[in-house]
Amino acid sequence: MAEITFTDENFDQEVLHSQVPVLVDFWAPWCGPCKMQGPIIEELAKEMEGKNIKIGKLNVDDSPQSANKFRVMSIPTLMIFKNGQPVDQMIGVQDKNTLHNKLNSVLA
Amino acid sequence: MPETKLHNIIIIGGGIAAHTAALYNARADLEPLVIAGLETDQLSLTTIVENFPGFIDGVMGPQLIADAKKQAEKFGAKYLTEFAGAIEINENIFTVKTGGNQYQTKALIVATGASPRWLGVKGEKENVGKGVSTCATCDAAFYRDKTAVIVGGGDSAMEEALVLTKFAAKVIIIHRRDKFNASQIMQDRVFAQKDKIEVIWNTAVTEVLTDGQFVNAVKLENSQTGKTTELKTDGIFLAIGHVPATAMFQNLLTLDEQGYIVTDCAKKTNIEGIFAAGDCQDPYFRQAIVAAGAGAQAALSAEKYLQDKE
Repeated sequence: MAEITFTDENFDQEVLHSQVPVLVDFWAPWCGPCKMQGPIIEELAKEMEGKNIKIGKLNVDDSPQSANKFRVMSIPTLMIFKNGQPVDQMIGVQDKNTLHNKLNSVLA
Repeated sequence: MPETKLHNIIIIGGGIAAHTAALYNARADLEPLVIAGLETDQLSLTTIVENFPGFIDGVMGPQLIADAKKQAEKFGAKYLTEFAGAIEINENIFTVKTGGNQYQTKALIVATGASPRWLGVKGEKENVGKGVSTCATCDAAFYRDKTAVIVGGGDSAMEEALVLTKFAAKVIIIHRRDKFNASQIMQDRVFAQKDKIEVIWNTAVTEVLTDGQFVNAVKLENSQTGKTTELKTDGIFLAIGHVPATAMFQNLLTLDEQGYIVTDCAKKTNIEGIFAAGDCQDPYFRQAIVAAGAGAQAALSAEKYLQDKE
């Protein structure tokens, strides 16, 4: 499964009402560090294919309400949601190993 | 599985010095491997760069970096987004260890740059992402119609203030001296925004305060009177300079008392086969064009070192 694009319109459906844990990468095109995070998220989504998890990105310019709702004040911010609740929040660029470990612990 | 290939040159870093070194070494068919790490380089965190020659109307820092990388890749440089954690030396072969992998090379160029300096006060690091930031270009948009404090007095503080005025209702620069050390042109631009930018002189931030969740004020101390006050703000941006990102080399390379790698004029370090370039070895200038030039010097020195060994 390739990474998903989350938006204000699909956030409730895809993230908050998701049956499986969700990793959301809050980003914007004008953010330098986000450009480093993006490809890592894409690779992670490919590697986690078939696992019980959703991985995707949310552009905070296009979807300000979702970023606002969770009071994202710095990007990149990565959040893991489980049963509609944020269970982890990471600020700044995260490497793939860290994300693998975080997701595996959420899945365990 | 450890990689068994022996590289000619590994470059550690992801800024303009690293990309320039990679470009030079790639054009010499040395197939450099660049271990770019996860920290964002300084140019990628700026907006317009007006003092890089050849760009009459300036160039966006992130664009300059992205293009320099592409240019190096065009000639065969390979990039890895892994964090180099340790270096081992064994009979002129250097092993660079990252999270799960290791890479061997005949020559090494260190271009790790510099990281933002922190104030070192209570409430600072705990509130990164909750109102404390070292990157206005990343986070300014979250301060729409809010108040933001900037600490610093150099060019980067001026730039961050100007970026923030596009979003914030009020921008307050706090500086520990009675005048800025920024370039005159940047100061003029800041002072031209009198209605939006306020300056508090001779003052230090001594603590970052929160409402329990997010930053809501900073504690200030006037260096002349010793008087302490609290200032309400939604965020605090640090622009008090950078420190060389050289901690991983302190037992390997000779560093000066500020932590900069000591090199000779050919960018050679104290260890034969290891070269250094850019803000990790430049205590004086710390300019994009200087770092790019140093990257080229290190690349040419490394190339000569490889030739002489054969």
